[in-house]
Amino acid sequence: MIGAEYSIPAILVFATSALLILGGAIGVITVRNPVHAAICLITTLFGVAVAFIAQQADFLAAVQIIVYAGAIVVLFLFVIMFLGVDENFHVSADPLVGQRAFAIAGVVITVGGLIALMASSHWVTGATSVSGSPLAGGNGNVKQLGTAVFTTYLYAFEVTSALLIIAVVGAVLLARRERATTKEEVDA
Amino acid sequence: MNVPAAWYLVLAALLFGVGAFGVLTRRSALIMFMCIELMLNAVNLTFVTFSRTLGDIGGQASVFFVMVVAAAEVTVGLGIVVAVFRRRNSTSVDELSELKG
Repeated sequence: MIGAEYSIPAILVFATSALLILGGAIGVITVRNPVHAAICLITTLFGVAVAFIAQQADFLAAVQIIVYAGAIVVLFLFVIMFLGVDENFHVSADPLVGQRAFAIAGVVITVGGLIALMASSHWVTGATSVSGSPLAGGNGNVKQLGTAVFTTYLYAFEVTSALLIIAVVGAVLLARRERATTKEEVDA
Repeated sequence: MNVPAAWYLVLAALLFGVGAFGVLTRRSALIMFMCIELMLNAVNLTFVTFSRTLGDIGGQASVFFVMVVAAAEVTVGLGIVVAVFRRRNSTSVDELSELKG
């Protein structure tokens, strides 16, 4: 059924992205060294970009690589290096009794519920457009996305600019070294 | 023909679960932020999948805004981590058990 109904390249692309995504995600939550976790995070983000390209979201895949892998992970790495990679990150320490068991139970219930919801809803498993997605233009859908962002979602777009300014100012304020703290440290 | 949307949705659900498990169990604030990024990416993947399935560009526009919010969130969050590290000399969230500064 699989080989007959879906093209082999599509399945290969999906398998590649799934492997990258899940391998990277499991790496993020299992490795001890935070630098390695950041590298695993890049793997996951790259896998998501592959999945975006496979689903005609070319522009978002490019933004995914540039913004996430290029800016956010570099910011993570910068902070990790800035604070120093200490060996203080316990993976096995469990101060809260049964935290891990409760976490596993909650995650299994959530993911199981999501998958059961998908399996029981016909609007997901039903046939999609046979003639191909209307989003899939010859040159990708950058034009469509740009039109949507700058017309339908114009106000939201403008608000994001204010959000980014506020975030930058807030980050500068938070990370700024206070004068009093500096003096105390010098005295100490 | 592309693989069915349900495959990508299940993949996104699994990614979300892994991220949620990381947030619930890891101690380091930095790793927790990375796990939040995993969860945000799972939601982005769902948005793009539905955008393809329903032929609506709105899903991709939403992903665009989620990315902006994620960037802002990481900026402020890492600023907080740096500020906390100055005071406590640790990024473990277990150290932050009291409200007084």
